[in-house]
Amino acid sequence: MVAPPTGEGRLPPAIGSCLVTNIPQQPLNTYRSGPDEHGHFGIYGGRFVAETLMPLILDLEKAYGEARRDPAFADELRYYLTHYVGRPNPLYFAERLTARLGGAKIYMKRDELNHTGAHKINNCIGQILLARRMGKRRIIAETGAGQHGVATATVAALFGLPCTVYMGAVDVERQKPNVFRMKLLGAEVVPVESGARTLKDAMNEALRDWVTNVEDTFYIIGTVAGPHPYPAMVRDFQSVIGNEVREQMMAAEGRLPDTLVAAIGGGSNAMGLFHPFLDDPGVQMIGVEAGGYGLHDIHSHAASLTGGRPGVLHGNRTYLLQDEDGQIIEGHSISAGLDYPGVGPEHAWLRDVGRVRYEAVTDKEALDAFQLLARTEGILPALEPSHALAQVVKEAPKLPADHLIVMNLCGRGDKDIFAVAEKLGVAL
Amino acid sequence: MSAPSRIAARFAALRAEGRAGLVTFVTAGDPDAATSLAILRGLPAAGADVIELGMPFTDPMADGPAIQAAGLRALKAGATLRRTLDLVTAFRQEDQSTPIILMGYYNPIYSFGVDRFLTAALEAGVDGLIVVDLPPEEDAELCLPALAKGVSFIRLATPTTDDRRLPAVLANTSGFVYYVSITGITGAGSAEAGDIAAAVARLRRHTDLPVAVGFGINSPERAAAVARVADAAVVGSAIVSRIAAGLDGAGMPGPGLVEDVLGFVRRLADGVREARRV
Repeated sequence: MVAPPTGEGRLPPAIGSCLVTNIPQQPLNTYRSGPDEHGHFGIYGGRFVAETLMPLILDLEKAYGEARRDPAFADELRYYLTHYVGRPNPLYFAERLTARLGGAKIYMKRDELNHTGAHKINNCIGQILLARRMGKRRIIAETGAGQHGVATATVAALFGLPCTVYMGAVDVERQKPNVFRMKLLGAEVVPVESGARTLKDAMNEALRDWVTNVEDTFYIIGTVAGPHPYPAMVRDFQSVIGNEVREQMMAAEGRLPDTLVAAIGGGSNAMGLFHPFLDDPGVQMIGVEAGGYGLHDIHSHAASLTGGRPGVLHGNRTYLLQDEDGQIIEGHSISAGLDYPGVGPEHAWLRDVGRVRYEAVTDKEALDAFQLLARTEGILPALEPSHALAQVVKEAPKLPADHLIVMNLCGRGDKDIFAVAEKLGVAL
Repeated sequence: MSAPSRIAARFAALRAEGRAGLVTFVTAGDPDAATSLAILRGLPAAGADVIELGMPFTDPMADGPAIQAAGLRALKAGATLRRTLDLVTAFRQEDQSTPIILMGYYNPIYSFGVDRFLTAALEAGVDGLIVVDLPPEEDAELCLPALAKGVSFIRLATPTTDDRRLPAVLANTSGFVYYVSITGITGAGSAEAGDIAAAVARLRRHTDLPVAVGFGINSPERAAAVARVADAAVVGSAIVSRIAAGLDGAGMPGPGLVEDVLGFVRRLADGVREARRV
């Protein structure tokens, strides 16, 4: 049975423990028409928020819809992406890595060369332009490793808006350089002491702030999750990645790539790369989750899609790490940016319909890939794309030399050198 | 007595008495199952007219520190949704008339299975549900199945729910309407009495259901002020904080905990009962 592409009408809620995840027998007409008007991708997504926030979510949806249709908004966004973020960034042919792996031809989308060193800023620029358009005077955000927090603090400084970033107290301790960066950029960083004191709790606390400061505050969510319209909006802002890859690959090779590979925490860089290609049947896609110490134990990884089951958290239905009672479990990953118990709802849907393949890579494999790229290409990748790279290391040798792989190098590794040193047993 | 009519019967009795009701919130299994049951069993005699029982969840996005902590205490002591229902079953062995409303977040219910949950909740003697993260836009999830089975679905109306939106919010609401008097989380600041009166009057223009008011009511005086203008006053964080205060250094319930909590509820009930006898 083929699921409708946009979840026409609404499928009944599935019982979490026995969800049917049939792979369709034949492809859909389009994979790019979601979400439907209720914010659903199949059974995923939606607007699971407190009533206090509902009117704000509806306002945001309306404002974003208008902005999307306004050429002036597109022009403004393009201006900042070009002159401030530094787009387009290169699609780089990794020649030495390709030779080393001895198979497919490997290209890297260099989103780590963006201002602030990751793909996060693509979305932050878009959302803050929307916040200004809506007349909002205060910015809030959640952050895990601190990359989205730094990107948000950056755009808030750029536009002179006060900014409060919620960060789990455990992460504040683990990610001191990024905490200091945010403070240098003028943001207030609030350590979150509730719950498990990590990213999910930071998101809870940001929602609590929003519910309290409904009049003037804009919440910049950092990934393709949260209540509708966030998953679609963040995807749209990140789609600049895939759109550039399309043009650049046509220029370089005269055809589309064969395989796209990207790391998945919440899934924004992957969604940005994949979405423009979803309706190109010849393009395979692999989303790579954080397998941590391995999928044998729900507490030892952060792979919601490959090791979790559907549930409702932070405004949307998606795959979650949770126990039998529906209590949320802390993910584990060497990469703080992948360490989130949920994932964007569009990924959940793409998994169920079988359009994207999702794999998990362990801490150790990611760490090995990190070192490999440093030595073969002279690039220190962030630990997040190191997961994508580890998958490329597995795939490329099995593929012919004319097979084109694009991996999203979505962040640079400077922030991770302390964690890597510790894992390698090196005292800095 | 069938489940939903317990709520209607209670509010009818309150009307006949010419007073407002006291709705008390405690988290199921806080600080442990036995203490929680002792508190629950004592609530009606202490003056609670309706009981809201929190379903513990790891990520209570609309709750302040007091109720967050209560949920984590309960989970640490082994609370699950099944055990929350068991608590209701035990309560119902002694009390057939006090309405019990389960309050919480959707994921544990979704994980349990909506139909299975509704059947088990009815069996246990649950009268209504308040699920914070299910706005009217998601009514197909649980609200409509609950109504079909005869479980009330009590909706939150907030200061941001404007007149345009209010009919949608009230459409599938049953039992009573819960007015959240502030924009914010549980246990935060309090609204002005005048604002509450105006908000309740606005709701009454749109519905005949009883209107309960909650968020920020932390003393007998505030409960009384709300009781003058609404059909019921809801107190949660302040009660839950009494539980926290009654724990010893190891987080175990101290000897006077249950009596202290119920004593506080008695004072709240006195405030509510005195409110209209001026």
